[in-house]
Amino acid sequence: MRRRTIFRGKLLPYLLLAPQLAITVVFFFYPAGQAVWQSLLIEDPFGLYSEFVWFENYQIVLSNPLYLEAARVTLIFSVAVTLFAMAPALLLALMADQVIRGSSGYRTLLVWPYAIAPAVAAVLWLFIFHPSIGQVGQGLRALGVPWDYRLDGGQALGLVIFVSAWKQVSYNFLFFLAGLQSIPKTIVEAATVDGATPTRRFVQVIFPLLSPTTFFLLVVNIIYSFFDTFGVIHAITQGGPGRATTTLMYRLYRDGWINLDLGGSSAQSVLLMSAVILLTVIQFRFIERRVHY
Amino acid sequence: MTTIGQNRWLPHVILILGVIVFVFPIYLTLIGSTHSAPVIARGDMPLTPGPHIIENYELALFSGVGDRVRGTPATLLLRNSLFMALAIVIGKILISLLSAFAVVFFEFPLRMFLFWMIFITLMLPVEVRMIPTYAVVSNLGMVNTFAGLTIPLIASATATLLFRQFFLTVPDELVDASQIDGAGPMRFFWSVLLPLSRTNIAALFVIMFIYGWNQYLWPLIVTTSRERETIVIGIVKMIGSGESATDWNMLMAIAVLALLPPVLIIVLMQRWFVKGLVEPEK
Amino acid sequence: MRKITSAFLASLLVVFALGSTAQAQPTEIQFWYALTGPLAEHTLAQVEDFNASQDQFRVVADFTGSYDETMVAAIAAFRAGTAPHIVQMFEVGTATMMYSGAIKPVFELFEETGVPFERDVFLPAVAGYYSLPDGSMMSMPFNSSTAVMWVNDDALTAAGIDPETVSLETWEEVFEVAQQVVDEGGADCGFSMAWPTWTQFEQFSAVHDVPLASLSNGMEGLGAEMMVNSELHVRHIQNLVDARASGAFTYGGRGNAGDGLFVSGECAIVQGSSALFARVDREAEFDWTMHMLPYYEGTPNAPLNSIIGGASLWVMDEPGRTDEEWQGIAEFFAFLATIDQAEKWHVDSGYLPIRFGIYERLMEEGFYDERPHLRIPYEQLTRGEATANSSGIRLGNLPQIRAIIEEEIELAFEGQQTAQQALDNAVERSNVVLRAFERAQR
Repeated sequence: MRRRTIFRGKLLPYLLLAPQLAITVVFFFYPAGQAVWQSLLIEDPFGLYSEFVWFENYQIVLSNPLYLEAARVTLIFSVAVTLFAMAPALLLALMADQVIRGSSGYRTLLVWPYAIAPAVAAVLWLFIFHPSIGQVGQGLRALGVPWDYRLDGGQALGLVIFVSAWKQVSYNFLFFLAGLQSIPKTIVEAATVDGATPTRRFVQVIFPLLSPTTFFLLVVNIIYSFFDTFGVIHAITQGGPGRATTTLMYRLYRDGWINLDLGGSSAQSVLLMSAVILLTVIQFRFIERRVHY
Repeated sequence: MTTIGQNRWLPHVILILGVIVFVFPIYLTLIGSTHSAPVIARGDMPLTPGPHIIENYELALFSGVGDRVRGTPATLLLRNSLFMALAIVIGKILISLLSAFAVVFFEFPLRMFLFWMIFITLMLPVEVRMIPTYAVVSNLGMVNTFAGLTIPLIASATATLLFRQFFLTVPDELVDASQIDGAGPMRFFWSVLLPLSRTNIAALFVIMFIYGWNQYLWPLIVTTSRERETIVIGIVKMIGSGESATDWNMLMAIAVLALLPPVLIIVLMQRWFVKGLVEPEK
Repeated sequence: MRKITSAFLASLLVVFALGSTAQAQPTEIQFWYALTGPLAEHTLAQVEDFNASQDQFRVVADFTGSYDETMVAAIAAFRAGTAPHIVQMFEVGTATMMYSGAIKPVFELFEETGVPFERDVFLPAVAGYYSLPDGSMMSMPFNSSTAVMWVNDDALTAAGIDPETVSLETWEEVFEVAQQVVDEGGADCGFSMAWPTWTQFEQFSAVHDVPLASLSNGMEGLGAEMMVNSELHVRHIQNLVDARASGAFTYGGRGNAGDGLFVSGECAIVQGSSALFARVDREAEFDWTMHMLPYYEGTPNAPLNSIIGGASLWVMDEPGRTDEEWQGIAEFFAFLATIDQAEKWHVDSGYLPIRFGIYERLMEEGFYDERPHLRIPYEQLTRGEATANSSGIRLGNLPQIRAIIEEEIELAFEGQQTAQQALDNAVERSNVVLRAFERAQR
């Protein structure tokens, strides 16, 4: 995407970018480079012994059939989380944009879930969905649903998808709302005067104008579903039952953080990062063409 | 303004349903903060308020945190969290506005390369690069300092992307007009772009404030001094780690208290969420 | 000349003055701990007692997150050259710490500083877990628990079983009682457990005197291989699968999730940590008793002692440590090991007494009459003569092995594989993990 009109300036843009770049290079690229280097080593956690092994860590990771199994879980998980995090948020934002009375009340209430401390949120969900002591868990069982996410892989996956999506709805809601509110009112009113039905108005006028926000959220949510959800999985299922909720990132987290396998986990992060960068480049090249600026 | 027309109540019904589903856990926290610890831990908690509200909050506010998190009074925890969150959110918004401005409104060599450089920071979570990042912070002598706590968290790919997306929608005519007026780029930035970005800045401020407020792992690792402990660390410290009983009642009360500053920020930012900002007549 | 002399004297005075102020400044010892809630309070109380007992050293205790997080924090700090003096580490991290080369073994610390210290005062089951086979103690025992069986007496009574006379010594009896409780409506769930690998494999193997892994459960070297697919292990998992089918057994999930099933009254019998007492005491609304872990009838040498869980204190080595610092650490440890402090720790926190003398003293005072939950774990831990199978476990990447075993038995509980397949897979996958650890330790 290029703008037609731009400012001239040789040094200024670099100066504007400098603070962000400086922090990124020092606190991201340098450590990330170390992680890449680590992926070529077999090392003890304290760094006292290390052996350069070329791509052996990658070979170990990729030849493990369980890694492919985790990739499959990740695919289902990420698509579902992105969908269930974005669709309800858009619906709620559209509604909140329409109401005149009480809209600030709804807005405040709907952002609250994002504000609760993550450590507390995980505990709350366990309280809610626990098969024997949770309100919803007990309710489901009373209705005759054999609810037991501790041993039913499908239910466990459904539960971590639900909780991960729930956490992100507030975020999406707020940005959709911000996007909707910066759409010039005159445009929407013009469409209304033309007699367009609400559905047509949404499809033909509002959604295209909202597409930059939607694109932003799509990218952010996919990345969220990949990288930011292992906390939820760790708190609720720890990857189980069996391997039903072991996503690639959860595997990586466990190998790096619990098992302290620095080489193997670095190799996994390099692989995962490359996959997501590729995915994001594809989104920018193909989906962004449809975005209406 | 004619709203959705056919049904005035539909939006309210959907919103109320949404609030019920999405706010239920918060409601439970509130309710939990009015019950006794055993009732909560057993899972016997009813959906109506219990009798222990005054006691729990008294405990949480006065003796509670001060006692529990020995030597670290609640006021200090809250102050630390507030400073950290504000430093992070303001830092993030400032540097992201500037970098998005550069990427969208200028042409220069390596433009997209530099944008992508910022952007891919999203794709390696802090847990993965914790050990090398800690080494960097330590080499810079920033362990146990406020700078070490906040600066590594200030780089923001999300905020840069959001502003980029928004800046791309700014009509070319506005840029033309300001160039005809002879205004320089920074003048345009201050007097045209910033006011236009208000809703997005507000949304981002809320989200990023909460992000900063809820930081746990980085502050835990990078500052071991109790002087810098945050409220979220205080909360985690009270959750029993498998082998001990948890004071759920007090925990819930503190979770509610910890929720107040973010809520206050949302309320303060509300006024920036005014519909039709782009409209000159509004 | 006089001027010079007086200047010299003055500077000497300054040096002495500085020297004395330096002495007045206590040497700081950094201590990172991972306990939360009331247990954190009791830990800090021990530290404060030490600081109050002398003015030469000051231990500064800081919370650094859960055991996992504390481990990563210690590693990051060590690599950056800012490691704390003392770090609290869970028992599954023992092999990682011991082989790391980043620590100063506790026996060396005491030898070098000359601080008097007797290894023999510690219980063999405790000291052994943290020692080399030759008895050299590598870390300082601190909070130790063991697994026990919690029984809901009211649920038994409701099912027509007299909790006073019921025998729950063998697994056969446990399964039978659990089945009866469910059939007679005493509770929805008969039997469950927390920490599945810890209770059903690590403790189970010790109690039955069967190896969990070769080379004395890894105590004798890095080349150990898992042995959890023995006939007895397979029979046990098969029994659990069958009991699940008949309703007597409910799987409670990984980690401490099973604890909640006991305190809520959902399950009549739950195997979990002895340290669960604080929760049970406050949350359970029924009469309960604590029982020792059961064994299969006819197993030779069973029931044997159980093994410990919990954590110990490790001394981190780093260039630039001064003699005063080593001295301070040693004094602090010696202080924790005194009978009065160790007894206070046991009584306040509910963790096991880590040394001899406490149990006897409290027994004599009649302290345990009202508190059998503090006595039973100790008696179980000292039951029988400890063998190579019940002295401890030293396996690298044990957290990962625990997760692998849980994954595989969950698949067996779900009916996706047999008990035999599950344990064969667990052995095969765990051995890969052990070999990886071995390789990184050369």
